[in-house]
Amino acid sequence: MRFAVLKFPGSSCDLDMFHAVNDIVKADVECVWHTEADLSLFDAVLIPTGAAYGDYLRPGALAKSSAVISQLHEFAASGKPILGVGNGFQILVEAGLLPGAFLMNKSLKFRSGQAKLVVQNAETSFTSGYEAEQEIALPFAHAYGNYCVNAETVTQLKDNKRIVFTYKDGNEDGSTEAIAGILNEQGNVLGMMPLPERAVEAIIGGTDGLPLFQSILKNGSEQHVSQA
Amino acid sequence: MTKVNVYVTLRESVVDPQGIAAKEALQTLGFNEVQNVRIGKLIELELDGTAAAIEGRVTEMCEKLLINQVIEDYRFEIGEVAGQ
Repeated sequence: MRFAVLKFPGSSCDLDMFHAVNDIVKADVECVWHTEADLSLFDAVLIPTGAAYGDYLRPGALAKSSAVISQLHEFAASGKPILGVGNGFQILVEAGLLPGAFLMNKSLKFRSGQAKLVVQNAETSFTSGYEAEQEIALPFAHAYGNYCVNAETVTQLKDNKRIVFTYKDGNEDGSTEAIAGILNEQGNVLGMMPLPERAVEAIIGGTDGLPLFQSILKNGSEQHVSQA
Repeated sequence: MTKVNVYVTLRESVVDPQGIAAKEALQTLGFNEVQNVRIGKLIELELDGTAAAIEGRVTEMCEKLLINQVIEDYRFEIGEVAGQ
């Protein structure tokens, strides 16, 4: 199974993502620049955090003018997994692959730290390595972490178990329904504000992000075998 | 050349944390009559083409990129042809 870490100008945590997959999960991974990417060569796409295009206009907004976005839509339609974390989540939302929008944190401050989360759905291809309702801690770092979505969409998300992670206590940034991560309708695109790639080694403060990458790898590899 | 001003505002249903902070700051400065503040954006475009021709194009620009309809509303004014 081959992973792509998709980079835009201003993506800044691509190497954290590469390190997590290459050195810890020990899977095949390559960093690809958005204008040169051929996503058909990959089985999973990871969009790292940072501030693509300087967060100008709105976080993630200008990235959707990149030609790679139409490839991402095709990739999503093919059923292969796409994970966007932090700014990567914002890009997926702006690109129309996930619903909603982001506002500035309620406090108007950039905030970072460890977020306590609840795994609301442990039956996805991203979270099968967790227990249902498991409490985990993942780092976060964002100024636009205030996920905003209308009531009608919230109902759809809830009805289809598409809310994957919620903030446990303290939803200080003001996200609707304390949402920290959501899936698309098909279940193969996950966006989340917390940063699992920063929690894959005990020596740097936790391994709660590791099951997420292992789940993608396991479920992706099984799919390969069944298709072979 | 035609000039277009696009005014972007947050939808009424969306809480505006910047607006709330600005309202409180104004009240702290003694402007107690301030009941509500909403902060938006002004985007100035300069375009080739006549005013009649560009209206549809600007709408498309707004909906494809300049605004996010989940949280924002917009309106625009097409200005006089700028003298060159």
